[in-house]
Amino acid sequence: MALEISGKTIATDEEGYLENLNDWTPEVATAMALAEETPVALNDEHWEIINFLREYYEEYQIAPAVRVLTKAVGKRLGADKGNSKYLYSLFPYGPGKQACKYAGLPKPTGCV
Amino acid sequence: MAKKFLYLNRKAPYGTVYALESLEVVLIAAAFEQEVSLAFLDDGVYQIAKGQTPKAVGMKNFSPTYNALGDYGITKLYVERESLVERGLTEDDLMPIVYEDEDDDYTEKPSVQVISRTEMAKIMAEQDVTFSF
Repeated sequence: MALEISGKTIATDEEGYLENLNDWTPEVATAMALAEETPVALNDEHWEIINFLREYYEEYQIAPAVRVLTKAVGKRLGADKGNSKYLYSLFPYGPGKQACKYAGLPKPTGCV
Repeated sequence: MAKKFLYLNRKAPYGTVYALESLEVVLIAAAFEQEVSLAFLDDGVYQIAKGQTPKAVGMKNFSPTYNALGDYGITKLYVERESLVERGLTEDDLMPIVYEDEDDDYTEKPSVQVISRTEMAKIMAEQDVTFSF
């Protein structure tokens, strides 16, 4: 699979995750979200989580499991956001899988 | 019911894939809410050494990931004192890995515990499952 972004081809695996993490730009996230079966227009709430994940990866070199993500978001962004209901409302395919994909990270370790 | 899992890490971090594979398995086991602890002995103590720069050998430096273990509820990293001494290392050569204690107002506490070979044997005997990498 691949994404076409302003004339450039970006390789993804069969589940839509980036083959090369360095290919990520905000435009990649936008294009991935619009390419969903039900296209998603990313808003500020989405970006808050995507940017959080990118910082987490930068610091720890892993994509966090969803339980860890939920807890970490709660700590950083407040309890009203650190819960499954909020995160699933933004990323209905699963906050771990879907948000990590848009953030250009690998599929979370321990994600089955 | 949660079981006690101990992961023994005996090999240097780079050159073989054991250390990285162990870390991945550990994170998966923790996601299943088991009681997971890690032990570092022999050359395995180098896995949590400070200042790892493996770029020249073409490996990713995955040592920052040990700092995420606390988020996964893994708060016990046992290091065998004899293995450190045999390599001319002390606890100061290890990364200061911490976890936040939820039951104590999220105070940061050290995860690394340097213990003797005898104490290590006792900890191994207490486990339900032991994996050696």
